[in-house]
Amino acid sequence: MNKNRSIISGLDWWTIGLFLVISIFGWLNIYGSSFTFEQTSIWDFSHRAGKQFIWIMTALAMGTIIVAVEEKIYDILGYIFYGVMIVLLLITPLLARDINGSLSWINIGSVSLQPAEFAKCFTAIAVAKYMSRYGYRVRDLRDLFVPFAIIGVPLLIIMVAQRDTGSALVFLSFLLVFYREGMSGYVLLWGVISILLFVVVIRFCEVAVPWGIGNVGILVSSLLIEAITVGLLIYKEKDIRATIMIAISTIAIFAIGLIMNIWVKVNFNYVSLASLIMSAIIMLFFAFRQRRRSSWWIVAFIVVETVLCQGFDAAFNKVLQPHQRTRIEVLLGIKDDPTGAGYNVNQSKIAIGSGQFLGKGWTKGTQTALKFVPEQDTDFIFCTVGEEWGFVGSAGLLLLYLALILRIIYLAERQRDRFSMIYAYCVASILLMHVTINIGMVLGLLPVIGIPLPFFSYGGSSLWGFTLLLFILLRLDAARINKLHA
Amino acid sequence: MINDQYYNRKHIIAGIAIVIVVVYIIRLFSLQIIDQSTKEKADNNAQLRQTIYPARGLIYDRNGELLVSNQPIYEVTMIVNEQKKKYFDTIGFCNALRMDSAEFGMRMRNMTDRKKNRGYSSYKPQVFIQNLQQKEIARLQQEKYKYPGIDIRIRTVRDYTYPIASHILGGVGKVNYNDMEKDPYYTADDYSGREGIERTYEKALRGEKGVEILIRDARGRIQGKYLDGALDREAITGTDLHLSIDRSTQEVAEKLLKGKIGSVVAIEPKTGEILAMVSAPYWDPRKLVGQERSKNYQALLKNKNKPLMNRAIQAQYAPGSTFKVIEALIGLQEGIITTHTQYPCNGQESTPIKCTHDHGSPVTVKEAISQSCNPYFWALFKDFLQQDGYQDGHVLFKEHFETWRTVVTSFGLGSRFENTDIQNQAKGYVPTVAFYNKAYGNKGWKAITIRSLAIGQGELLATPLQLANQAAAIANKGYYITPHFNRHDSMKLDVHNTLIDKKHFQVVHQGMLDVMIEGTGKFYNVPELHICGKTGTVQNPHGKDHALFIGFAPQEDPQIAIAVAIENAGFGSTWACPIATLVMEQYLTGQINRTDLFYQLANTSLIGQ
Repeated sequence: MNKNRSIISGLDWWTIGLFLVISIFGWLNIYGSSFTFEQTSIWDFSHRAGKQFIWIMTALAMGTIIVAVEEKIYDILGYIFYGVMIVLLLITPLLARDINGSLSWINIGSVSLQPAEFAKCFTAIAVAKYMSRYGYRVRDLRDLFVPFAIIGVPLLIIMVAQRDTGSALVFLSFLLVFYREGMSGYVLLWGVISILLFVVVIRFCEVAVPWGIGNVGILVSSLLIEAITVGLLIYKEKDIRATIMIAISTIAIFAIGLIMNIWVKVNFNYVSLASLIMSAIIMLFFAFRQRRRSSWWIVAFIVVETVLCQGFDAAFNKVLQPHQRTRIEVLLGIKDDPTGAGYNVNQSKIAIGSGQFLGKGWTKGTQTALKFVPEQDTDFIFCTVGEEWGFVGSAGLLLLYLALILRIIYLAERQRDRFSMIYAYCVASILLMHVTINIGMVLGLLPVIGIPLPFFSYGGSSLWGFTLLLFILLRLDAARINKLHA
Repeated sequence: MINDQYYNRKHIIAGIAIVIVVVYIIRLFSLQIIDQSTKEKADNNAQLRQTIYPARGLIYDRNGELLVSNQPIYEVTMIVNEQKKKYFDTIGFCNALRMDSAEFGMRMRNMTDRKKNRGYSSYKPQVFIQNLQQKEIARLQQEKYKYPGIDIRIRTVRDYTYPIASHILGGVGKVNYNDMEKDPYYTADDYSGREGIERTYEKALRGEKGVEILIRDARGRIQGKYLDGALDREAITGTDLHLSIDRSTQEVAEKLLKGKIGSVVAIEPKTGEILAMVSAPYWDPRKLVGQERSKNYQALLKNKNKPLMNRAIQAQYAPGSTFKVIEALIGLQEGIITTHTQYPCNGQESTPIKCTHDHGSPVTVKEAISQSCNPYFWALFKDFLQQDGYQDGHVLFKEHFETWRTVVTSFGLGSRFENTDIQNQAKGYVPTVAFYNKAYGNKGWKAITIRSLAIGQGELLATPLQLANQAAAIANKGYYITPHFNRHDSMKLDVHNTLIDKKHFQVVHQGMLDVMIEGTGKFYNVPELHICGKTGTVQNPHGKDHALFIGFAPQEDPQIAIAVAIENAGFGSTWACPIATLVMEQYLTGQINRTDLFYQLANTSLIGQ
């Protein structure tokens, strides 16, 4: 009894408060988003708002059970949970119905479940368990091989076997956890730069350089790689000689290319490639001579990004499915198709924009209720917030999520054992990833990737998955007082 | 609480979260606060604004006879987006409209071409075909449910009880881009009065469009009324218009002008109301309705006789002998002559202007009018201008000319009638001192130089409307009311006094009565109507003379004043005079007794002679 009371008083009620506020606001918006002129009651359990109320109630029950259960089982049984989950993910496509091309839903009785929603939680436990091993430290990328494998297996199953790219992408959020635990910041930087270069290459690969052969995409991306290399050399390495060498070689090669272009048609794709190869050779020279590890990183950076840039175009056209390609092309403004692929995003922007400052009022929205916005109570639920609650409501919801994520980071940092801390970072990262992708998509800033808004979108699986994720953290946090300093 | 070397990275992770949220809030700000277009787009999505077209005001004649009413006509609209989305049975649709696939394709191309259809949107109903009759639309109406995106709208177009008064009434046609720019009331596919009364009284006749705002979902299904119809507006029917036109008189006048080029204008002198206004050649207003309108309008535009020109107000003729009445009145008013003053006439030997009529000598003003004696009016004109013995650019000579001009213009000649509903009038022309100074030099002109003015020729120009108004002013013995079409009382207040005293009109009336009894109009007189008249035969440098006539009746209480102009017809007494007396007979007695004369004139064609 005594221990139970201390658990309850040890629960972080701020987090629980934010969880409840977001869930109930979500429930109201599910009702608002499908409110039509038939005026069904919010308590009508045959409708989605009524059902969501049941999901919220069962989620609270689940949360209570989690709080009641001894927290040690997560650490002890972490790998077993993970293993069972992987098996479940593998058999899901065999049992699943095809929903919009993905095989991620299975029916148990009248209830549909999406195992991928629970996979995040168990992957987080497994990652936390592995990375909190005694004596484990991230000194090198090699140390991250196992954690990469832990997130890579469910990622690949969900992406390849279940064909659910959105849910798979969420597993990349673990990179933030690895970063917190010591993975080199270069990896994150590489990620960001790679995305940037991808955008440049895809956006401009159809545009020819004005003075001859070659495309602007390759040219600009190559110059960007050179510029970032020079930037790294100046600010990180403080190596003036290497900086000057690379700058001179780049300028010289492009100058030669331009001069030759007067007489013969020069392909500037090759000029760009030549300048990058030259830079890599120069950096290789400095890396050998100075025996400095970070110089090797820069060599690797140039080579990897060069290969990526050359490969993006082919990858974009051959690896991605046509509808994914169109979504990206629409987002980048290459294609304009307000009735086709761009329809969803265009309508969602209209719905949000029409809310203006204070919104049209709860259940007064037209764009979502009249189904101009697709998936208006699941992936595009944020449109309803924008339309019915305006700037105040939608910015407010973003701030609620920010508060929740920052609170979880705060919780993470106050843990006394590494398992709980790493797990907490997993929770924060997954939530951040979901919020970023979902709202970014609805706002037309990211391509359309269908993943739910945590605690908010309609759906039992997603709500239960996030509740599980969050309440395990709360239970771990409540137990921290019983632990010694790690 | 766990101290490690990467402790500070928590700030980076928190920072990433904060940056993302801030970027998203900025995006929200730009979408919701800065960009104001989304609100409108959202309304366009969800609201279906159905325009309710009002019935256009009816047009009646002065006796309350219906001239212009409305008839239903159908147009087929298409929402291209919905038509494309689902299976569309093009062959069935074409069959229902009795249209081949080539026409279907052509109409689709024209409809979706933004150059031809500026307001084109694939989300909104576009007019696919219009101006269909009930029988042409009946089959589609039954099968409409089969064709997604197709709707049928009812509009009204004009219906004419009689095939008359085309120039007065004008027509109703589709608005163009300029109309929409000028008046935001109009939207594409609206109709407005294009010419004549329909255009002048457009704002009253059109009424006000209503709107019904419906809520529709993404599939275009109607979900109810927006805000329970709180913002809906009923259409307001256009105001009816009562014209001063007398239907039977107008009809008779039109029949008489059949096959001729010319015009008739009849005015009620006491009110300024136009009783009839015909310009020939005219057309059947029913031909400019609906689908046929543009084709027939083009044909009228190309016709070499220029039927679209309203000669009653736009053609300008020298008034000729009809002007002598005003010359006589100036002489009496300025004291140059009395009713007894006589001038000799040498007939064909007269100089500088010979007399074209055979009569005794000398003549008084009354006889001069009835016999249309040219030498009399030359002598009078000369004596008036040179009453002080000066000419050749002398200041007093020019002063007298200026007086002459002022009196002439007080009869409404030489300028347009203002504040009236008669649009596109020509001005006519009464020459000025400055004009002659310029033409002949400051001292280069004298009475003899401008002698043609004495008999209404030379530089003088007047429209048939001005001539009819001049007749009305003479009938009223000194004043006229601005001619107009609308019977509303406010139009009768615009009184203009001429500069001639009432007493001088008696002898002129006598002279004009004599015209009909023993003068140039004697063959077509109707004695019991007490018609006053004056014929005119105007020399035309381009061909045969124009025949003119002005007159009014009955003399003691004039009910109708009239001007008739028949181009290239010859003598005013042979052509214009009988037409004028028949029109007056119809108006005053309600019938035509001289049916032989009527049919003989009506069946005579002068075009091409």
